[in-house]
Amino acid sequence: MIMITAVGSLAVMGATLGTLLGVASRYLHVEDDPLEVELLALLPGANCAQCGFVGCGQAAAALAKGEAGVTLCPPGGKAVAEKLAKKLGVTADLSEHEDTGPEFAVIEEGLCIGCTRCIRECTADAIFGAPKQMHSIIRENCHGCAKCFKACPTEAIKMCKVPVTLSEWHWAKPEDASASSHAH
Amino acid sequence: MTAFNDKSGPFTHAPTSVSLTMATVLAALVPATLFDAWLFGWPAIFMFVITVGSCLLMEAGCLILSNKPLQPSLSDGSVVLTGWLLAMSLPPWAPWWVGLLGAVFAVVLAKHLFGGIGQNVFNPAMVGRVALLVSFPLQMTSWVKTAPLGSEGAPSFTQALGITFGHVTGFDAMGAASALGYVKTELSRGVPVNVSAQHLPDLMDMALGMHSGSFGETSALLILAGGLLLLARRIISWHIPVSLMGTLFVLGTVFSAIDPGRYADGMFHLVSGATFLGAFFIATDYVTSPVSKRGQLVYGFGVGLLTWIIRTFAGYPEGMAFAVLLMNALTPIIDHHIRPRVFGRTYKGEPLPLKGDK
Amino acid sequence: MKLFTVRGGIHPEYRKERTSESAIVALPLPAALYLPLQQHIGAPAEPVVEAGALVKKGQLLARAGGAVSAPVHAPTSGRIASIAEMTAPHPSGLPQMTIILEPDGKDEWAELPLGLSDPFKADPSSIRQRVAEAGIVGMGGATFPSAVKLSLGTEKKLDVLLLNGAECEPYLTCDDRVMREFAEEMIDGARIMAYALGAPKVVIAIEENKPQALSIVSEAAAIQPNVEVVSVPAQYPMGSERHLVQAITGEETPARKLTADLGIVVHNVATARAVHHAVRHGRPLTSRVVTVSGGAIAKPQNVEAPLGALVSDLIEFCGGLSVPPRRVVNGGPMMGQPLPSLDVPVVKGTSGILALTAAETNEHATQPCIRCGTCVTICPCGLVPVEMSAFIRKENLDAAARLGVRDCVSCGSCSYICPAHIPLVHYFNYAKGRLNALDREARKTDQIRQLVEGHNERLEKQAAAKAAAAAAAKAAAEAQSTIENRGEA
Repeated sequence: MIMITAVGSLAVMGATLGTLLGVASRYLHVEDDPLEVELLALLPGANCAQCGFVGCGQAAAALAKGEAGVTLCPPGGKAVAEKLAKKLGVTADLSEHEDTGPEFAVIEEGLCIGCTRCIRECTADAIFGAPKQMHSIIRENCHGCAKCFKACPTEAIKMCKVPVTLSEWHWAKPEDASASSHAH
Repeated sequence: MTAFNDKSGPFTHAPTSVSLTMATVLAALVPATLFDAWLFGWPAIFMFVITVGSCLLMEAGCLILSNKPLQPSLSDGSVVLTGWLLAMSLPPWAPWWVGLLGAVFAVVLAKHLFGGIGQNVFNPAMVGRVALLVSFPLQMTSWVKTAPLGSEGAPSFTQALGITFGHVTGFDAMGAASALGYVKTELSRGVPVNVSAQHLPDLMDMALGMHSGSFGETSALLILAGGLLLLARRIISWHIPVSLMGTLFVLGTVFSAIDPGRYADGMFHLVSGATFLGAFFIATDYVTSPVSKRGQLVYGFGVGLLTWIIRTFAGYPEGMAFAVLLMNALTPIIDHHIRPRVFGRTYKGEPLPLKGDK
Repeated sequence: MKLFTVRGGIHPEYRKERTSESAIVALPLPAALYLPLQQHIGAPAEPVVEAGALVKKGQLLARAGGAVSAPVHAPTSGRIASIAEMTAPHPSGLPQMTIILEPDGKDEWAELPLGLSDPFKADPSSIRQRVAEAGIVGMGGATFPSAVKLSLGTEKKLDVLLLNGAECEPYLTCDDRVMREFAEEMIDGARIMAYALGAPKVVIAIEENKPQALSIVSEAAAIQPNVEVVSVPAQYPMGSERHLVQAITGEETPARKLTADLGIVVHNVATARAVHHAVRHGRPLTSRVVTVSGGAIAKPQNVEAPLGALVSDLIEFCGGLSVPPRRVVNGGPMMGQPLPSLDVPVVKGTSGILALTAAETNEHATQPCIRCGTCVTICPCGLVPVEMSAFIRKENLDAAARLGVRDCVSCGSCSYICPAHIPLVHYFNYAKGRLNALDREARKTDQIRQLVEGHNERLEKQAAAKAAAAAAAKAAAEAQSTIENRGEA
């Protein structure tokens, strides 16, 4: 008898509380934050389309919906990927992320025909030159989106890796030989 | 010269290592253990060997199952220490399966299921003991009278095998209560504490250990000596033992002054039960206690307080194991909130203000 | 003087007796000297000579590259063989531009600027200028341009020039020998620096494990009324300037601030000696004392080497390698940097070359952390290495930054003491470097975004202007045609 009372009362309590939770989850549901705007602010904004979307706005929309991975932006590099991961609350598996490393564009003057197509493509005003005049790239303003590279009809532009200098070099992460060690 | 920048400095190291630390702790336990082995005879020795052996076995099994290398985990002494402390908290004549199951609870459940060495939240030996106590209260509270090796009435080797692996026959008269258990039982019968305490061996005897109790709680002075060795070798610091024993002593003394019939006094609390063992060897377990010194003081105070509460008001006569486990649960919170003050900053983390206008 | 306790720290085996009792020996001129253009913190120096030029000792080879920079001078007379890229004495193994000088063996001095006969009557700015022109940088290893540090007197009120004679690293004894052999030069340089800073007092702090240096320097300083010599406990890292200031004054330098904000400027003892030579005799910085030691060196000793001598030259001079070393370190074993090879030059910040055996480095495979908390007890900066390294291992650098990894001075005490041999400081070096790299990337992204916005704005303005112009032209054309129509009708 006591057992039936005990079991019965616990069952009734469980059912009541479960119903309450279900009702709450329907009527007290919290709308999603306007993620898109915040994500857009994290992206470089150059609309270079290396991510496969037409512009950064579209990329932000896809990220907000969860349709794109946080490592989608090559010019943004690891810094942007990590910030996106944090904003979205996902853990970015950046260990596999091949950081091709920052790149910058260089114009080979001998091949440049002065057509200004690259200048029209560059959204960061990193190329200066005039029609029929030599074009050159301002290295500090270039962030490696490669639009100019694709636009050049004579393939005068090449993408080079930004070299690591003494002042920018830093120690690599120590080999983790222990905590998650597997049998050798 | 091998690869030059695989490793940054420093390029020198103190002669410390995990195995050296573990070996020192084990060495500190040896005197008390030898005494206890002599005091309780062959069955106790078997119990000890089975417990430590089972822990090693469980550790090896878990490591193999999780594809981790067997060395150095098996040989650095950490799991031997777990088994040793577990054995110290078991009844001396416990049957073989108590040690084995204790090893399962301690090593498999409390240690490896939480992530292995360094990752456990709860003290494995105490989890083992408490799980056994709750599951097998009869066997875990079957204290025996002391039966020193070679004395009259002590079981011989073969008789001891029978005790450990079979039924206990002919030795029922050996059953006895531990000091704390006796006092609590008498209290529940209405006998005041200060009266029943007189029937117990006096404090010196209790300290020296010629009385019944769990395997490790008897020789308090030898445990204390081991604890002092650990302090001298800087394996542990004074913060946890002092705050734990201090709290226990102060509470005991204060409340016993208020009502000596109800509350046992400070010295009694200090020398009975597993106080010394707990203060120097169990509560000071690295993995489950806070890393900062102030945090350790809070932790020690908490263990002392809870031990006193459980011993005085709760159903179990000995509260150290539960108190330690409860404070283990609080260790991450203590570590989160109690951190040392960073050089050049306030406790809140802001840079220190500059004095005046320099 | 009352001393204050410094929290934490370690007491390693110092092993200084191998080199502390023999006098400094001068290295014979090697066949070539390799002078990197950047031996200091700040912009690299800019060469003023070309390949083939003949130069004299002390002649300017490269001028300072900006406000925070230092010039490079010829350590001896000879010919500039070339200016080329060469492996830097840096753990990265990356190359840097280096002037290669071939000595002619004559060691002739160039015409030097006149020294100041009474620096204490000169204008402090002229002292600073001489220090700058002499190319003096912090010779304890930090290599911060000393002239820039000396200008702190113009911004803040200073009370003390603290000479750092602690030399807390094991093996190193170069500062100890400089103090014993050149105490007067050092004290004179210190007084000149104090005058240039406007600081009324000089305090020379020497660790108590250098009793001879203490007595020699005390004796030499006794005649000076405002110079005090203090013995500080032998505790690593007593040589860290913030901790030394705390030991002497009890005050903690607030985070992100300088010791100068407490009224104290700290300089190394060898820097003081170099200032004496620059100000009194017009001589630029052309050589330094280097401790060559370690179990793998046959005859360890202190060597006064010309800047640009190769590490291999120094090791050969000290009897060569008796056994293959486990590590060759630039500096002390705690904070020193591994060298990419022996064919790299000695530069202004090279306080020691250590060839350490495996027994001395005591490296072991890393084991899991057992949360013993010794690293917390020992950290002189009050950090929690156990937690920070766990976060960094999981790439949660933000959490590590919140716990204060940027406040870590990389002294190495925690790694030294960890029973599980976890490379704690290596994690923190990685984290600090990575956080800086992420900051740089973030700044670049912001910059790019600004450029893109500017670009878009410009295009919009152009489009708007075009539209406005087109509309105006259209309106004008319509008005014109209306008039014409009316005219015709």
